[in-house]
Amino acid sequence: MVERMLIGAGAGYSGDRIDAPIAVVRDLRASGERAAIIFETLGERTLALAQLRRRDNPNFGYEPKLKALLTPVLKDCVEGKIAIIGNFGAGNPPAAAKLIADLAAEQKVNAKIGVVTGDDLLGPEGLEVLRASSNELPDDKLLVSANAYLGAAPIVEALGEGADVVATGRVADPSLTLAPLIHAFGWGYDDWHRLGQGTMAGHLLECGAQVTGGYFADPGFKDVPRPEAIGFPIAAIERDASFVIGKAQGGGLVDRRTVAEQLLYEVHDPAAYLTPDVTADISNASIVELGSDRVRVDGITGHKRPDTLKVTVCYDGGYIAEGEISYYGPNALARARLAADVVRKRSPKDIRMRCDIIGVLSVLGDDTGRAWSDLDTFGEPTHDVRLRVAFAGSDKALVERGLQEVEALYCAGPAAGGGIRLALRPRIAATSCFIPRSAVRPKVEIVEARS
Amino acid sequence: MTEVQLHALAHARTGDKGNRLNISLIAYDPAVYPLLVQRVTEAAVAARFAYRKPSAVKRYELPNMYALNFVLDDVLDGGVTQALNLDSHGKTLSFHLLGLRIPVPENLVKYAKLAPAKS
Repeated sequence: MVERMLIGAGAGYSGDRIDAPIAVVRDLRASGERAAIIFETLGERTLALAQLRRRDNPNFGYEPKLKALLTPVLKDCVEGKIAIIGNFGAGNPPAAAKLIADLAAEQKVNAKIGVVTGDDLLGPEGLEVLRASSNELPDDKLLVSANAYLGAAPIVEALGEGADVVATGRVADPSLTLAPLIHAFGWGYDDWHRLGQGTMAGHLLECGAQVTGGYFADPGFKDVPRPEAIGFPIAAIERDASFVIGKAQGGGLVDRRTVAEQLLYEVHDPAAYLTPDVTADISNASIVELGSDRVRVDGITGHKRPDTLKVTVCYDGGYIAEGEISYYGPNALARARLAADVVRKRSPKDIRMRCDIIGVLSVLGDDTGRAWSDLDTFGEPTHDVRLRVAFAGSDKALVERGLQEVEALYCAGPAAGGGIRLALRPRIAATSCFIPRSAVRPKVEIVEARS
Repeated sequence: MTEVQLHALAHARTGDKGNRLNISLIAYDPAVYPLLVQRVTEAAVAARFAYRKPSAVKRYELPNMYALNFVLDDVLDGGVTQALNLDSHGKTLSFHLLGLRIPVPENLVKYAKLAPAKS
């Protein structure tokens, strides 16, 4: 009977370091222990972008970097019995499975690929459920995607059928980790204490390097060894669900500070971290450093899971445009300020607009410009600033008209503005709602790849 | 009493969900935690983020981790999919909290990390 399992993280988001999984798989294989590797590549809007790619071509709609991520590790994982679990199926898990099957055949390995679907609610039946649960959703014709967050169960089912790789669409991020643990240890679906711990182990892994020194360095205050080569995290989880977070070889670090930051990342009430599998509770968590980049987290528990499932709905969000122009030298800030004033007076009134001054106040303000009255109080007087103007609206022509007023600053604006850059792009907006658990029926299929 | 930036005493990370931002604030040393509880109140954080006009600020205490977790509502101009802000996630705002200056009693000043020497 297996008493311990290692789970490594190969990616923490869609844009993550592409070579990170290689060191993780090398270490997992060298350990000789029961192991799995997870890939979390789905942000809030990533799935909507995937749906748009699928509309263009029914063979696409999965994570665009999937092949690059798996090519160096697939053979090692299948031969070493390291399960690969990822939400890289995005908007099209069956197409992801086909790509993985082709890759396996190319690398001359036999592999079973589990495909988890059922999260997609954009069909007539799904939409009816959504409309019954929320009256704030946009018109059907504006909808791009609507996906429920599935839990660990369908992944456990796929692993039970012998899957070497499991490709999912929208699944709660920690469920990617919880599933192989349930599969290995046979934890009950109402064993809230263990499910809570396994879920938080997953929470620590799901953002990749964010627990091993990524997104952490603050030179002189929080230094990170070799930040250019951070080893991604590997958790060792026991049958009783206690766990230790470590990392693959390379740079980075794991200590009380890195684990505390990531444990609280995107957490609201620490006593109620909601997932489809459990309500995890870290309100009494404590962090114990074991040395050598190993940290144990004690005191985590769990409570009954929520009765509803969260759904993220993405829809056509109109257009966003951004224009920038630099001012340098004496009185630069005053000239940038005047330029903002000119653009504000000349651009269309019925689109949203916002100004920032990069070098003085690039992120702290809000759209209403509440902070602009105190602009002179932000930091030392600076001689190098860049005005940024952003517009948003559903009418492309009006947004373009706003942008044109930034461009016109060259000849008609304050003195010596330079380096104008203009960009306009369509935008996906997102909202969420909650639906009864019974309205979602996950489906599991197995695709076999034979070399 | 000496005035010290939180940056010398604690570290922080933000996370976003929709139009809601959370900021963890974690003491470097357990000895400093009671001071954070005393000084970094919901009201102090609401005032620090006045330019974003939070509709609510809620603080959770995690004494075993020497950490506070703040949840700020409606400070992301609609959140990552709606905001016009360059940093629509609010990722940079952890360091805005760390810029807050608080009075530190003399017996705790030794826990403040001074700026590193320039090499």
